[in-house]
Amino acid sequence: MLRFALNRILMAIPTLLIVAVSVFVLIRLIPGDPAQIMLGDLATPASLEAVRRSLGLDQNIVVQFVIWFSHALRGDLGTSISTGQPVFGLVLERFFVSAQIVVLSVAAASLFAVPAGMIAAWRQNGLADLGLVAAATLLLSIPSFWLGLLLLMLFGLKLQWLPVVGYVSFSTDPYHALLYLIMPVLTLFLTEMGVILRMARAATLEVMGLDYITHARAKGLSESAVLWRHACKNAFGPTWTLIGLVLGNLLGGIAVVETVFTIPGLGRLVVDAIFARDYPVIQGCLLFIAIVYVLINLVVDLLYPIFDPRVGAE
Amino acid sequence: MRWTSPGALLGAILVALVLAAALTGAVWTPYDPLQIDFAARFAPPGARHLLGADAFGRDVLSRLMAGASTSVMISLLTVTLATGLGSGLGLLTGYVRGWTDRTIMAFINALLAFPGILLALGLLAVIGANKYGIVAALSIAYTPVVTRMVRGVVLSLREREFVEASRIMGNSPIHTMLVHVLPNCVAPITVLATSMFGWVILAESALSFLGLGVPPPAPTWGNMLAAARPYLGQAAWLGIFPGLCISLTLLGINLLGDAVRDRLDPRMRGLS
Repeated sequence: MLRFALNRILMAIPTLLIVAVSVFVLIRLIPGDPAQIMLGDLATPASLEAVRRSLGLDQNIVVQFVIWFSHALRGDLGTSISTGQPVFGLVLERFFVSAQIVVLSVAAASLFAVPAGMIAAWRQNGLADLGLVAAATLLLSIPSFWLGLLLLMLFGLKLQWLPVVGYVSFSTDPYHALLYLIMPVLTLFLTEMGVILRMARAATLEVMGLDYITHARAKGLSESAVLWRHACKNAFGPTWTLIGLVLGNLLGGIAVVETVFTIPGLGRLVVDAIFARDYPVIQGCLLFIAIVYVLINLVVDLLYPIFDPRVGAE
Repeated sequence: MRWTSPGALLGAILVALVLAAALTGAVWTPYDPLQIDFAARFAPPGARHLLGADAFGRDVLSRLMAGASTSVMISLLTVTLATGLGSGLGLLTGYVRGWTDRTIMAFINALLAFPGILLALGLLAVIGANKYGIVAALSIAYTPVVTRMVRGVVLSLREREFVEASRIMGNSPIHTMLVHVLPNCVAPITVLATSMFGWVILAESALSFLGLGVPPPAPTWGNMLAAARPYLGQAAWLGIFPGLCISLTLLGINLLGDAVRDRLDPRMRGLS
């Protein structure tokens, strides 16, 4: 068990390095002098020289990478061109805004979709199954940003139950913070439900076809005992991995929902930075999100043996 | 057969409708999709403008049709590029193995380490946001998925007797790959390409919605939704029809994709 954990953690290190190299290379592919890009129009020859020296631009590319990466490891991702703020603080602050929406919606979606998927599989081709699969396929086909707009038109404009756009942090005003969060969370909750439900159903169906389930039925166990005690455990593994992927993918894809509801999250930060050609911010965000993605997958893998003890036992 | 299941039929009809709209939209639309007409500003759906008109009085139906042809063209190009390049790399790495394999797979895994649409965003920052930038960014973002899948299939195929037989007969590796290995990869590639078509439509409209896609005034479903945002209260149709187009397209592709997968991959039949 400990060996499995250590192994998996060590395996993440090369991935993280590869991610760092690709982010570094990606931004370097942008034509032009990085010092000029970072200073923008306000560059003077002296300040250009100073930035080139601090970034190591006078040295070869490997040394440049090492300098950049060692700074990044210490939490120094440079400063934003447009606001002058340190990138790391900016990214972290925006990350918490996005993370609360993503975590809340994925947790709620899993809580509903996993049991629903299992019930659909149990009643395969029955009315409940057909209904659930149809609903899931429909939800899968509605892009989150359109669903967000529809909710906004219904609850915000027509019924006027909820504030239309904006964001308040929990520490300043918990009640209004909650009001502003309802629609974005509901949007992602519905969108992700389709994916998770279909996966939970597929995984359960695969398990239900195995011999040990037939055996459990043959020895006279009730359907509910077969489903909850025998099928459920083994069916959850693949779904658990998918939930991790959904969580990570949302961090990359949340920009559209943040745009619909004007939420100052990480996704919006990336998009605004691309518009403003604020390369230190783009670079910082890409690196940060990719690292979080790798870490989420790592945690998901480390917890996997809880649901499937065969993994990790070797 | 499963081809005639109601879901598959609905999927096929929806996809056929989108393709028809895209083909028609490329050569003819009721109005010029870029024609500004302030007299028709926010004209509701009716006899003159079937699906209404937008803030500049441009005909929504015409813009949706033009948007369909843009989206379909971008998706076809991207899926062709990504599956072509991905299959080639997958065949190469799976069959040749060794250092070629390790080097290419290191690149592929680096690209796969980025979540979802983020890689496309990063690439667009470098390439620039326009029609060809999107095709390039999304092709690069989706190639690794194909490569990894094809490589996996090739790795299991290359140990099979018929591949070994071809090798023993003295056929060149290229002949063996193209004549004996590739045909056996066609089914999984088709299944993947079908769903990828949906991913690209979704990603393209999301990027256009963010303002990083096809730049206005050229219409796409995504940028029409983005443009509708300030007017949702007074002109709800502007926020409804483009989204409906995206959703019905995705629904068609998802239903058709399920049918294609059931047909070509019997192990998955009825599973999801």
